[in-house]
This record gives sequence, structure tokens and C-alpha cells, in this order.
Amino acid sequence: MSSRYMKLTAVAAATAATATMLSACGSGGSSASGASGGSGGSGGKISVGLITKTETNPFFVTMKKGAQAEAAKDGVKLLTAAGAFDGDNAGQVTAVQNMIAAGVKGILITPSDPKAIAPTLDKARQQGIVVIALDTPPDPQNSADALFATDNQAAGKLIGQYAKAAMAGKPAKIATLDLAPGVTVGVLRHNGFLAGFGVAEGDPSIACEADTGGDQAKGQTAMENCLQKAPDINLVYTINEPAAMGAYQALKSAGKEKAVTIVTVDGSCTGINALAGGQFVADSQQYPLKMASLGVQAVVDFAKTGKKPSGYTDTGVTLVAANPVSGVDSKDTTYGQSNCWGS
Amino acid sequence: MSTTTAERAATPPAEAAPSRVKALLAVPTLGPLGALLLACLYFSFASDRFLTGGNMSLILQQVMVVGTLAVGQSAVILTAGIDLSNGASMAFGSLVMTKLAVSGGVPAWLAILAGIATCAAIGAVNGSLVTLMKLPPFIVTLGMLNIAMALTHITSKEQTVTGLPDLLTKLGDTFPLGQTRVTYGSVLMLVLFAVAWYVLRHTAAGRHLYALGDNPDAVRLAGVNVRRQLIGVYTVAGVLYGIAALLLVARTGVGDPQAGQTDNLDSITAVVLGGISLFGGRGSIVGALYGALLVGVIRNGLQLTGVDSVYQILITGILVILAVGVDQIARRRRK
Repeated sequence: MSSRYMKLTAVAAATAATATMLSACGSGGSSASGASGGSGGSGGKISVGLITKTETNPFFVTMKKGAQAEAAKDGVKLLTAAGAFDGDNAGQVTAVQNMIAAGVKGILITPSDPKAIAPTLDKARQQGIVVIALDTPPDPQNSADALFATDNQAAGKLIGQYAKAAMAGKPAKIATLDLAPGVTVGVLRHNGFLAGFGVAEGDPSIACEADTGGDQAKGQTAMENCLQKAPDINLVYTINEPAAMGAYQALKSAGKEKAVTIVTVDGSCTGINALAGGQFVADSQQYPLKMASLGVQAVVDFAKTGKKPSGYTDTGVTLVAANPVSGVDSKDTTYGQSNCWGS
Repeated sequence: MSTTTAERAATPPAEAAPSRVKALLAVPTLGPLGALLLACLYFSFASDRFLTGGNMSLILQQVMVVGTLAVGQSAVILTAGIDLSNGASMAFGSLVMTKLAVSGGVPAWLAILAGIATCAAIGAVNGSLVTLMKLPPFIVTLGMLNIAMALTHITSKEQTVTGLPDLLTKLGDTFPLGQTRVTYGSVLMLVLFAVAWYVLRHTAAGRHLYALGDNPDAVRLAGVNVRRQLIGVYTVAGVLYGIAALLLVARTGVGDPQAGQTDNLDSITAVVLGGISLFGGRGSIVGALYGALLVGVIRNGLQLTGVDSVYQILITGILVILAVGVDQIARRRRK
């Protein structure tokens, strides 16, 4: 038998095998459509899907922990997935589809791209699956049944108010280290900060605005560039703690860390420790664990009673500051540490 | 599979009848096919939802974008090249399509053609730089990756394009096949694989492509215009990336400026898992289909069985190294 002949046979066999596999599967189709919308998962257990932006960000790791703990408590099965990177919409689409195939009752998702994910979430809901957005709403927001999230405007406003009081009348030169253009979370916090501080967009006291993607390395670069542009910056708003730590690094290298006030949003354990260590002065703490556990509960309720969750649930935000200022309510670092996430 | 490789495999003088193991190693698609069938077998026992028509159709739909990219990637890799820019090129093509159709006032069919032409042009530039300037494909396409990504962000202003005309998402629609609904786009991907297989196996151009990856000097001496041939390969690959762009748009229903960031490596993964040698000149395009399906099956299967998605990445990594190992062993045995 010549090897060429063998190869031909192998290709033919391979093609035939694939065809058989597909057609064999085709015959099972009826049972699949019959089972969809059933009790889901193996053994008739209720199953719930959690899809985060990434697997690595401590915020989402915490969310996953919260969901796992709640799922274990309620005796339901939790399926998890994430995009390959922040902004990976196609990866989240795949995850939603796989979870529908797995027969979940509900999907909890932090959309990487709020607009892009919406059509896929609509399809899931059309199949009777309850969709709950955590942390970030889809666009349009009614592509999810409910939203469990931090009030990001309020989170920004709290640190804005604190910064205003902490500056005590000193003229401010502000840098805002933002998320990315057009991303709602970033826009809301940014606007909230400006509102809390009492300046309008375009005010001359805003010396520099830069995007960080919420990333420490990019936050550092952004701060370095802002210092080139305006060396007398004395107040830095940051979208999150990684960006704040990046900013602190840049300021430290420039020998300016003592003269500049940094405020931020997140409330992770790493961040609160940095706050306690004096890297920044105020931090709006949010509660990802609560978002996820409330989400799992809501899906379980839906599976048991048929009642869908709806609307927006504020999962709360607390201002944490090492030194309280008059006129602004804040909690101390001990409170922050005992309520922080991602230890 | 080319005559060239087939002949080379048969060349070792018939001192002894080749052992069965050797003969099997000469069939580079058997490994990936075996792995694919094994994975299917395992998951069909692990989950009662895996082996259903609906789920198989879903997996095909989920790999149609990377699979189509892998057809182009295979052609480039068979010439001993590599294309790191295909995911970014696809993303740019998909934005050209959606932007033109939604806010450019261009008829949907023309917008689609413009998107595919954009990807073809990027491919032609890649091919020209590789042949005329004699730059390494790795560097050329790395540069092009950044250029295409930047162009995507500039044209989109980071905004996702929504409200697409029906024609752009048509390939994401399904038709009934027995009890199962099959996505048009998955069928298109399978057709592209079949056409590519036929061209590579049965035409002179296909055989030249294998020979280019194996011994370009010999091809030149044989009187083939190597430059034109290579530029052609990169351009056709570009057309395929343009089709992948259309499939991507159809699959997600939007024009997404963030798309395609890992698809270059995903397509290379499919090609390598399929037993196509990264050194060029060896392997079958059908293998790339098995490779793409294998990744899709593992991702879907692990999700259905409730295994953490990180393990899918872990398993894919192990399989890639295994696949390259098998390729190396096969090469050494033939020498």
C-alpha cells in the first residue's frame, strides 16, 4: 500500500468520521430542544452562570468567590467564564451561548462591551433565562432584567467632596486619570468627582485628563505625562486603585508624592492598605462580593418562584479616609480593611 | 495534501516496507482527528447536553471566525511564513463594513465588499513587504498588527457600531437540518476549508505553495514566479480574513473595535494543533479545521461540565506543545 494511497484513505476516513459525528449528533437534536428550559445541569440541580470581564482582576475574582459561596449555600451549581481580556466581547458571547446550552436558569454578567453584548443577552432572555448585570449595565440597559451595581456617580462624588474639603481653599490643579473613552463606569465616576468637587468639565483648574484603562502601568505613564504637561498638579482623581498606585509611583519618582493628594475608587484590601500607608487619602469602597451573592440569590428565587428580579439595586458605596474632614462622612481604615475585597 | 510531500514521504528507498507507525505518522491529520474524537467521546459521557445536534451546531458556529482565519493562516504558514496581523486586520475590515453600512450611507453589499477588499489590501501589503523588501513575515505582520489596530481605533473612535442592516448579519442566521438549526456561517467556513483543500491538493498553485515552504530556491529554479506567488498567498489570505470579518459581525451582531485581539494566536493555535508545521511545507488544511474544532469542543465541553474556564486555556497550551512535539518527531523520522 503506497503511503499516498494511505493518506487519501485517511483523509476520506477522517471526513467520513466528522460527517458521522455531526449527523449522529443531529439525530439527538430533538431531545436537546425538549430539554432546553428544563431544570438545567446534571442531576436536576439549578445552575447559574457567572461571566466576568477577565479571570485575573481581583475585583472579578472576588465576585466569583461571592457567587461560589452563595451557590454552595443555596445548593446550586455555578458555571463561570470570562473574556480573554477586558473588552473581549466575542469571548463573552461564546460564554453566554455555552451557558444557554448548559441549561442555566440565569446568567450574571459584567459586560466587557455594554453595547456589543446587548443582542446576545436579548437572545438569552428570549429563551427564558434571567439576565442580571453586575457592576456595569449593558447598553441599552433593558437588555438585562436587573442591575446590581455600585452607584458610580455617587462613588465619584464622595471623593470629590472629600478632596474639596481636604484642599481647604487651596487653589487646585487637577489631573483626572480616567478609564477609556465612552465607557459608562469611567464617565460616571469622572463626572461624579467633578460634581462633588464643584467644578464643571473644562474648568481651568483641570490641568490634565488622561486614559489609563484602569491599569497600573498605564496609570503611571499617564501621570508622568501629566506632570510633563503641568508640573504643579496637586490633586489627582483616579478611576480605580491600580491607576492610583501607578500615579503614586510616578509622583514618587518625581519627588512630589507628599505635595499631591490622590483620591480613588475601589476599596480592595491592597488599596485600603495603600491608603493606610499614605499613598492616597480617600477611597470610595464598593462591594463586588455583595453584587455576586445578591445575583445568585435572585436567580435561585427566580428558579423557585418564577419571579424575575428587575430594576437597579445599589450595592452600596462607603467613603474610606485615613483622616476625616469636617462636613464629609467617612469611615476609617480599620472599617475599610474589615470590609475590603480581594485579600 | 501535496504531491510534493506525498512523494517525499514515499521517497525513502523501499529497503523495507514502512512500518505502520511510520505510515501513520506520515498522516499529519490523524493525531488532531483522534484528539478531537477523544474529546467528543469524553464530553459526551461527562455531560448529557454535549452530544446534541444543537450543541454541535453551536460549536461550529463558535469556531467559524477562528476557523476561517485559520484557512488563511494555514496558507501563509505552509509557505514558512506567519501572519500575526490577521485578527487586527479582521477587526479593521469589520469596522469598515459596519461603519460604511450604518453611517456611510453605502449599500450593505458594497460595504461588505469594501471590508473584504480592505483586508485583501492589507494582505497584499504584507506579501509585498515580505517578498520585495525581503523582510521577515514575523516582523512585517507584527507591524501590520499595530497599524491595523490603530486604524480600527481611529475609524471607530472606540465606539461599537450597532443597528446593522440585515445583510451584514445574515450569515449568523440559521436554517433547519433535520431537528437541528445550523448557522449559515458555519457552512461557509466548511465550504472554504473544502475549497482550500481542493486547491492545495489538486492544483499547480497549491503544489507550488507547499514547495515554497519547503525549498523556495528549487521553486524559483523550476521557473515559477516566486514573488507573485507569495504576494498572491498573502492577498488571498487577506480575502479570507475579510470573510472572517463578515462572520464576526454576523456572529456578534455589532461592529466591535475591541474584537480580534487574540484571534491571531488562536488561529495559529488551530493551525499548529492541526499538525501543520510552523516551518512550512508540511501538513493538511483539514488538520487546521480539526484544530479549531478541538479548541471549540474543549471550551464548550468544559463549560457544560462546569469546569473553570481557566482549565480550557491550560489544556490548549498542553495540546499545542504536544502537537509541535509530534511534528518534530515526524520530521526527524523522515530524515
